Amino acid sequence: MTLRKLTLGTMAAAAVAGATAMALPASAQEIYVPLLTYRTGPFAGSGIPIADGMSDYLRMLNERDGGIGGVKLSVEECETGYDTKKGVECYESTKGKGAVMYNPYSTGITLQIIPKAAVDKIPILSMSYGLSASADGNVFPWVFIPPVTYWDGASVFIQHAAAVEGGLDKLKGKTIGLIHLDAPYGKEPIPVLEKLAATYGFTLKLYPIAAQDMQNQGSTWLNIRRDRPAWLYVQGWGAMNPTAVKEAAKNGFPMDRMVGVWFAGGDDDARGGGDGAKGYKALNYHQAGANYPVIQDIMKFIVDKGQSKAPKDKVGESLYNRGVYNAMLIAEGIRNAQKITGKKAITAEDARRGLEALNITDARLKEMGMEGFAAPLKLTCADHSGHNQVFIHQWDGAKWVKASDWITPQKDVVRPMLEAAAADYAKSNTGWPQRTEACEKGS
Amino acid sequence: MSAIEAPEPPLRLTPTGWTLLGLAGAAILLLLASLTGVIGKGNPLDTVFIDPFRQMKDAPDLLVQTVWEGLVSGVLYALIALGFVLIFKASGVFNFAQGIMVVFAGLTLVGFYEMGVPAFLALILTLGVMFLLAVSVERVVLRPLVNQPDIILFMATFGITYVLIGLGELVFGGNPKQMIADQLMLPKGSIEFPFAGGFVALQKIDIAAALIAALMIAALAFFFQKTRIGRALRAVADSHKAALSVGISLNQIWVIVWFTAGIVALVTGIMWGARSDVSFALQIIALKALPVLILGGFTSVPGAIVGGLIIGIGEKLGEFYWGPLVGGGIESWLAYFIALAFLLFRPQGLFGEKLIERI
Repeated sequence: MTLRKLTLGTMAAAAVAGATAMALPASAQEIYVPLLTYRTGPFAGSGIPIADGMSDYLRMLNERDGGIGGVKLSVEECETGYDTKKGVECYESTKGKGAVMYNPYSTGITLQIIPKAAVDKIPILSMSYGLSASADGNVFPWVFIPPVTYWDGASVFIQHAAAVEGGLDKLKGKTIGLIHLDAPYGKEPIPVLEKLAATYGFTLKLYPIAAQDMQNQGSTWLNIRRDRPAWLYVQGWGAMNPTAVKEAAKNGFPMDRMVGVWFAGGDDDARGGGDGAKGYKALNYHQAGANYPVIQDIMKFIVDKGQSKAPKDKVGESLYNRGVYNAMLIAEGIRNAQKITGKKAITAEDARRGLEALNITDARLKEMGMEGFAAPLKLTCADHSGHNQVFIHQWDGAKWVKASDWITPQKDVVRPMLEAAAADYAKSNTGWPQRTEACEKGS
Repeated sequence: MSAIEAPEPPLRLTPTGWTLLGLAGAAILLLLASLTGVIGKGNPLDTVFIDPFRQMKDAPDLLVQTVWEGLVSGVLYALIALGFVLIFKASGVFNFAQGIMVVFAGLTLVGFYEMGVPAFLALILTLGVMFLLAVSVERVVLRPLVNQPDIILFMATFGITYVLIGLGELVFGGNPKQMIADQLMLPKGSIEFPFAGGFVALQKIDIAAALIAALMIAALAFFFQKTRIGRALRAVADSHKAALSVGISLNQIWVIVWFTAGIVALVTGIMWGARSDVSFALQIIALKALPVLILGGFTSVPGAIVGGLIIGIGEKLGEFYWGPLVGGGIESWLAYFIALAFLLFRPQGLFGEKLIERI
């Protein structure tokens, strides 16, 4: 290649890059919300319904209410493929456009951008994923992890197992297994389960599944067959979940003793198991189904007009509603920020304040058409998770149905552990900034 | 013949022989130590070297089950590896696109079915698509690159991979799909029989997979060893130029091997798809063939078969009996470990051709 060609090529590339960057200027009267989503790659099965739910809800607000507080939302998806490297690229390439908050949708990506959040002054809303310790708002003022952390989830699983067995003391001597993706996400619940194992006297067995063996779990299930755990907790994602459900059915594991974390509770996760999957349980903090006014509004303003990427029968599925719930938190954070600051086009720093003072009451849920859809949620300056209530969903062979009351996580166990982990994190990351951001009044 | 008898040569062992002798000696020593109680239970040596075997003896049903699982995976690995070997033999290229071909074939099959085509017709149509794919790969990618260094062709298969990923996502979307195993008359359920105090469960789909894969391997082996096209293929494998000079059509051979690789991909897609689902995650499965190829040699059909079985059974046994010692999840790298251990003694692979290059 001659020097001239090289120069020309570089110039052309620069022009293309420049044009792309110019294509979407965030106007002053728009609030720019980037969504890091994945519609491709091995985890697309879980990523697509969530991406659809998030973007449909936010665009529905634009259509129905003209945005939030009269300001339209500019929603842009950036494809990460659930790849941490690509996710960070997405972050870097969109943060200059006035992003008010980030939803990384991957624990790996969240861990990478947590240190950047305080520097760039853009909050991260990692809804029930990411670093559990980030629930400590005093150490992580820029990270939010409502409505629950993985650690809360693990404690709810143990409470549910105990309730079925007839009391926490009945867990003594039992074996409880955790089958998890061998990645930061999958390993999150381990500390809590270890601690609870020591407290209640059950044996914890770990069954890691490497990402490349997600669909090749044969020997793991042989181990499960040998160890005969009384309960099994699934912290899987993407293709790992349907494979685990199928293997469980194949190996005759009692399905009502197998409980997935909320991210292992997709419709496609259970459907593949056919009749054998009936009875499979998963934690959840919002309902499935389309019989809620909010979902009906999405139908009316987006889906029926052919503006959704989701096929109509997928609207209202568990993971789609997860996306809707997540988008609702984004919108409420922005609305709250407008209320606190009196500004219309808020900045990322305002959004952080809005999120921190989030207080979604029953009345507010009803107003949003989400009565009975989710539990109320309140965040404070110190508590960025809320440790909210969770319930057990059960697969009836065709859809998810609610199979328990709302269960409150064991905050007394989880919270001190979270705070200790947060302190550890700050200590091992030398120069971790002290919180300087003031707390809102009353939070 | 000489009248004087040559003296007996002194006992000479190759390094391989010494190593094997050493290992056997260590095993006997350990066994003795364990039997006499010098190494008790809980001793690290016992945990690693004796206890797993004790478990095998105590619960033979689980051993049989593990070996069976390994056997099934092994046959499927062998099938994937065969897809690589065929293309490697014919064009000297490691076909990076094999994994995505598995996904593409599976998605096409399910896609046709979802359009309302009956299952078996969809199967035939999918074969047609794989044939078209083979022709276009030959026309668009391979033909213009004749006589280019191997590395160029290798890089071209990366290109094919990305084209197929994009095309697949464009046409079928990224959603995982259910494999139409029932419609294709693949059996479900399992056969359970009591064995040595426990039970062994054989999944019917696994039996079918093993049988179909074994049949395909046999058919392919026969096809490429005994038929005219097979001889032509081997001629091409030896030397492109020499093959051309005796009138073998390189283009035709390439289409045939890529089509065969496509069929292998389709069968792989159906079998693995039925065990979980058909999604882009499946392309990683093809990389499972890499240790098989290292072990069996890139050019050998029997190598792919034996290598697949050794890796399949080895990794399952390893994961089941030794995995728990280090927290499990060792399967993914154990396969490479087994392959490397064999390579220490046979650098060209089990059945690979020994490269002799004179300077």
